[in-house]
Amino acid sequence: MKPDVPSCYPLRKARVHEACGAGATGFAAIMAAHLSGPVLWLREGWRAETLNPVGLAAFLDPARVLVAQVRDQTEGLAVMEEALRDGAVPLVVIELGQPLDLTPGRRLQLAAKAGNSTGLCLIPEGMGSNAAETRWRCAPVFDADPGPGDSTLQSWEIIKNKSGTLGAWHVRWDWAARRLDVVPPAGE
Amino acid sequence: MFDGIGRRVVSMWFPRLASDRVLRAHPVAGPFALVLRQGNADRLHCLNPAAERQGLARGMPLSDARAFCPDLLSRPADPARDAQFLHVLRRWATRYCPWVGLDGDAGLVLDITGAAHLFGGEGAMLADMRQNLARAGLSVRLGLGDTRGAAWALARYGEGPAAPGAGLAALGDLPIAALRLEPEVTVALQRLGLRTINALAATARAPIARRFGPDVLHRLDQALGAVPEAITPGAEPPHYGVRLTLPDPIGLQGDVMAGLARLLETLCAKLKAQEAGARALTLTLRRVDQGAQDVEVRLARPARDPARILPLFERGVAGIDAGFGIDRLRLEATQVEPLPVEQVSHVASDRGDRLDDLISRLGTRIGLENIQRFLPADSHIPERGFLIAPAAFSTPEGAWVSLRPRPLRLFPPEPIAGQGARPPHHFRWRRMALSVARGTGPERIAPEWWLEDDAWRSGLRDYWQVETTGGRRLWLFHTPQNPGWFVQGEFA
Repeated sequence: MKPDVPSCYPLRKARVHEACGAGATGFAAIMAAHLSGPVLWLREGWRAETLNPVGLAAFLDPARVLVAQVRDQTEGLAVMEEALRDGAVPLVVIELGQPLDLTPGRRLQLAAKAGNSTGLCLIPEGMGSNAAETRWRCAPVFDADPGPGDSTLQSWEIIKNKSGTLGAWHVRWDWAARRLDVVPPAGE
Repeated sequence: MFDGIGRRVVSMWFPRLASDRVLRAHPVAGPFALVLRQGNADRLHCLNPAAERQGLARGMPLSDARAFCPDLLSRPADPARDAQFLHVLRRWATRYCPWVGLDGDAGLVLDITGAAHLFGGEGAMLADMRQNLARAGLSVRLGLGDTRGAAWALARYGEGPAAPGAGLAALGDLPIAALRLEPEVTVALQRLGLRTINALAATARAPIARRFGPDVLHRLDQALGAVPEAITPGAEPPHYGVRLTLPDPIGLQGDVMAGLARLLETLCAKLKAQEAGARALTLTLRRVDQGAQDVEVRLARPARDPARILPLFERGVAGIDAGFGIDRLRLEATQVEPLPVEQVSHVASDRGDRLDDLISRLGTRIGLENIQRFLPADSHIPERGFLIAPAAFSTPEGAWVSLRPRPLRLFPPEPIAGQGARPPHHFRWRRMALSVARGTGPERIAPEWWLEDDAWRSGLRDYWQVETTGGRRLWLFHTPQNPGWFVQGEFA
């Protein structure tokens, strides 16, 4: 069977989505690469772990990325709501450390709808919010037989979907063409 | 026939401006001098009277001066601050007349035509100037004449006022140097025996012009009033502050915003006239009980559009405690940048504007410096391969080049257990047991010895791109000079 691109991909616009797992950052970078225009990336300023623009350059032009350093998660959510409602940035990514309540989750959804921009929360595993439109579990997969070039094999699993079905795919990011390829899982 | 008032000009000369400025702040009793480095010698730049009495002079090398006068106190001169101080004095001198210009690096020239009577006559005005400047600790010499040249000459060479219309009678006995001539021209004229202005005025003009050029006679004519000479008043820097005083105190947020809207309109008109845009604005709200509160707004880029600036204040104004009411609003653009008028075109997209507006608005919440962008930097060191700059104060530029794959996330090196030059087969990292399925490397990166960096004290690093059987792709490095293994990043 020839695998096709997930029907719920790219992410539905004007909604807030969630991604968890070790490959969530890569997932966010690929989503940003599919959009044009600036991307706002919210992170808590005290965290030592940073996004590396040199690595990000394989996905999209790092000049498109604006990073906002926020004090804590509450401030981050407030900034995200304002940015989503404004609609000047088509994608807002936030790194969350604590579970999201229904109220802030719903507020983000409404803001995204008002501004027609997409939100993406990078969450720790198992801390999803009920308000999210879709939730993806992204994990890198060991590729025993890598093709030419340094492609990365990932498994994307959609574990929550408000308007569609669940599913799982193995995908590969093509560095040269900057394109997402869906590959059949090994062993099938 | 009445032909108007004759022109009257005052020239102020501060013979010891630089040292007076320093001594105002730190008075010194004994001989004192400011020293300026000229060429490779320290020379006296400005002295106080006590030092002059000891026989020191301007331009004397500092070592000589110390030999003459061992208790000389000296300090380095700061010509930039002196120039600034002269501008302050110029601004102060507008209390006497509106037409005040700078004259050289230690003088002012005031056109007091028609202003003297406000101070009770010319004599009283000069006395007032002298008194005020003496109280400020400045030594000054004043000259008053019909022309700028005459005032200049009287201030430097013959202190005192010249009667209106005195002309040559007032200047005649002054030396030739009082005509603002080049030093070599002055010396040449003196060698010809022309020592005073009288002598020069009595000489035939044609030979003088032939020998020294038109400049000498031009200066003479200017001093005597035969040729006009303009005084250029220094331009006042534009002031971007407006205020609104209310007959009754207000307290509602909507009222304050309405008042602010009025102020913004005036301020933006002022900015537009100067082709400038505000980068930072401060709104001061004065309460009835004399308390004052500030709301500060900083913009992602210079703007002068009231409709765009007004919403930025909403958050700050909402947090104000109005107390018994606010009766005065003051709005000042504290930081202003040039913003030329631009052609509005249907082609230009408004996305950049919208993004800047969003940055400004988020900046009022989390601080404008906290919204950042990446700029490429020229370094092999992974942590220094990029710069982080505030988005509002930088433009995206440069190209991103990476010859080898680089991790998407970087963190401070986290040590893991491992030995030898090849990556360990099994290791624990962040409480996870990982086993290595494939390692690509090494890629050796040497520290930048010209920069001090504690993290790179351990010397060379051999970087390995490691794929674990679980799928995670990590960036490990080994430090051969100081054996140890660390994890520094994770690939997508």
